[in-house]
Amino acid sequence: MKILVCISNVPDTTSKINFVEENTLFDKNGVQFVINPNDEFGLTRAIWFQQKQQAEVTVITVGDASCEPTLRKCLAIGANRAFRVDLQPSDGFEVAQQLSAHCKEENYNLIIAGRESIDYNGAMVPGMLSALLGCNFVTNCMALEIMGSTAKVSREIDGGIETVSCELPLVIGAQKGLVEEKDLIIPNMRGIMQARQKSLSVLAPIESDAKSSISKYEKPAPKGAVKLVEPDQIDQLINLLHNEAKVI
Amino acid sequence: MGILIYTESENGKFKKSAYELASYGRAIADQLGIELIAVSFNNEDAAPLGRYGVDQVIQINDPSLESFTAQQYALNLATIAQTKQIKLIVLSSSANAKYIAPLLAVSLSAGYASNVVGLPESLEPLTVKRSCFTNKAFNTCMLDNKINIIGLSNNSYGSFENSKELNVSQASAVIAETTIKVEQVEKSSGEVSIADADIVVSGGRGLKGPEHWHLIEDLATTLGAATACSKPVSDMGWRPHSEHVGQTGKPVASNLYIAIGVSGAIQHLAGINSSKVKVVINNDPEAPFFKAADYGVIGDAFEVVPELIEKLKVFKSS
Repeated sequence: MKILVCISNVPDTTSKINFVEENTLFDKNGVQFVINPNDEFGLTRAIWFQQKQQAEVTVITVGDASCEPTLRKCLAIGANRAFRVDLQPSDGFEVAQQLSAHCKEENYNLIIAGRESIDYNGAMVPGMLSALLGCNFVTNCMALEIMGSTAKVSREIDGGIETVSCELPLVIGAQKGLVEEKDLIIPNMRGIMQARQKSLSVLAPIESDAKSSISKYEKPAPKGAVKLVEPDQIDQLINLLHNEAKVI
Repeated sequence: MGILIYTESENGKFKKSAYELASYGRAIADQLGIELIAVSFNNEDAAPLGRYGVDQVIQINDPSLESFTAQQYALNLATIAQTKQIKLIVLSSSANAKYIAPLLAVSLSAGYASNVVGLPESLEPLTVKRSCFTNKAFNTCMLDNKINIIGLSNNSYGSFENSKELNVSQASAVIAETTIKVEQVEKSSGEVSIADADIVVSGGRGLKGPEHWHLIEDLATTLGAATACSKPVSDMGWRPHSEHVGQTGKPVASNLYIAIGVSGAIQHLAGINSSKVKVVINNDPEAPFFKAADYGVIGDAFEVVPELIEKLKVFKSS
């Protein structure tokens, strides 16, 4: 089985978000970049298939050379090889087009991408990639088994879980629950040393066109001070929620 | 020419988001002077949509679309969008809508912006504000395409009654061959889901253990609210992952969010930032949540919450 895991290089979850150049650019200054958490759940599951079902795991990202440490980390976690498409993409559609060009050459059985990245939260790439490739797609995936050419997937829906089965090739949108948090792999020294020898190839981008562009960023308006209610004055809290906030 | 909205139903009744999409679509349709068309699946009663400003409802009632499959629903929406020469499609931010949108975008060569938080800043070219960095920021996004799709952030616009003369028609379902089969759907019955809830009550490590969760559940029941939890709580297995709200969990966009014993780590606050009113109950006055909340009680949850439940029952019955 050939598995591709699509990786997004994102600011760490604890990052303070700031913008520069008159709010047109994300300020990378002092920001630690990591594997997008949803992608990491997917990668961890892919490594499980590598260990238990002899899958070959490839990782890919679309971005400039600054993404390479994140790809090296994926290799240290256990991926067999890595690709970087050398393009600073404008939107998720452009990413999906670049990924689809690579996928058409490689015939992966299973393609995993996080259901959304924690930076742009577009939730576009896995679905668009599946549509461009004309293959099956299941998102919000929180359990995945592969038997022969058939996949069984649990998908989180609003207020429940749905189980679906389908044939490979398949694109899934990974999320929390796909693997347990404790099963996430922290690279050891051996993995890090091996990763240096593994193949990380840079691919030239195909011609692609974005369908959206970002003109500016802004941060939420600063919040007013909290109104404190004494613990023995709970009636006052109910009064505020009813009469002032009008939410109960 | 028109604007198309995909209205979702549950058990044959429209979800709250359907009325929000209708109100939102109405406002844009009025600006452009074009028709607002809604598509519903397996919902016999279209009338409520007319009360929220829809001009035309196209019903697709077909037993083979009984269980949701994104591919089939996207195909049906795309077919209608093409025959009706739609230039803008508006979807909600439900799990299903977010599943459909990218498929629909590719099949129509449309632009797509998710998590949009209000009416467009401009219609020509379409320019919208959307949340990004998991609610830590917003970006202004321009979509200059013949067809565009907006994913409206739930509870970001509201619903407004605006009665229209409603034209209802039926369309036959278009069914594509697919190997995707829905085997089983498990819904937590009778409970409000976090995505659909007006009020969410959330518990953190301050509750000291899963055996104290009756406090959260009782308060939620009293308010008709959904229950949620912080990341450490779901990581320790006190509560299921499906209740984890925050940056890597579920986003919350309720009217009221009550956090009990949640310190308010930056990742948690990011996930709940879209909630309109936030209340924190915590015995640590230094908890970061107090900086993000509208109302706060510095006190012991084990004393404050039972008191709050009692007082709310009195309030509800009066």
